[in-house]
Amino acid sequence: MGRPDLAQLHRLRLAKDVMDRDWSQPIDLDAVAAEAGYSRYHFIRLFREVYGETPGQYLSRRRIERAQDLLRSANLTVTEICMVVGFTSLGSFCNRFKRQVGMTPTEFRARARTEGAGRIPGCFALFWAGGFRAGTPHAATFEKSPENRDP
Amino acid sequence: MSSTNTTTTCQEAAMITGLGVATVWVLDQDRAKEFFVDKLGMEVRDDLTLGEGGMRWVTVGAKDQPDLMLTLMVPGPPTHDPETAEQIKALIAKGALGAGAFTTDDCEGDYRAMKARGVNFLQEPQKRPYGVEAIFRDDFGNWFSLTQPSAKLDESVGWS
Repeated sequence: MGRPDLAQLHRLRLAKDVMDRDWSQPIDLDAVAAEAGYSRYHFIRLFREVYGETPGQYLSRRRIERAQDLLRSANLTVTEICMVVGFTSLGSFCNRFKRQVGMTPTEFRARARTEGAGRIPGCFALFWAGGFRAGTPHAATFEKSPENRDP
Repeated sequence: MSSTNTTTTCQEAAMITGLGVATVWVLDQDRAKEFFVDKLGMEVRDDLTLGEGGMRWVTVGAKDQPDLMLTLMVPGPPTHDPETAEQIKALIAKGALGAGAFTTDDCEGDYRAMKARGVNFLQEPQKRPYGVEAIFRDDFGNWFSLTQPSAKLDESVGWS
């Protein structure tokens, strides 16, 4: 398969935008794939080729990043934040959080609140977080390495 | 010449007074012009072609800001070799590039009007320490902020 053309990139981006916009909602991957005009399987494969991770990994990463923001600033419990960012199980939220951030949500909150707020406009924070996973080059390979395996 | 004199000379030299033109890389100049005029309500400043088959110079700007314009440019020669141009086009299409922040005195109103005209918003208006901000993309994939600045920083609101 050749590199995706501009029309394909455009459709994939629109699908990614749906996840950026509606990250707190339950997101049906089949519907997102259909929005891009692809079958679920084809969509996941193309998305991963272009953005370096699967749509599910991307969405989960965004949700954890939103959770970090809420832990820094919002007066909500960890359980409430878990629900607000679209996780349905506290256990999988905490596991995923620890894997991505390197500490538990409670530890993160304690640390973040002593360090003071940043001064970076939200639009840049959003695109920093919603961009590309660190250390992921244009991933053209489809085999699953252990770190890329779906949770 | 002493260092004091050098400093004085630098201070007396002409200084930059502002930003006049900024580039937005787009995939098609006609569609870009349509987007910035019909969907964002900006005005066309120039639409010139330099000679037969030459460079097309299309600029737009906000009606209330005559001293700043955006030039809508398509990646390609002579600035870019064909491979570079294709790479930039791919970056635009996959949504990796942003082109700046617009200011408004009514973020909520502009958001509703622009949304009704089919602008793709990534974020509805939200409070930030520096104002109310929404985020949208142009029809090609470039992202922009739409910010209604507040008079003074409100640090009790989150930054992101």
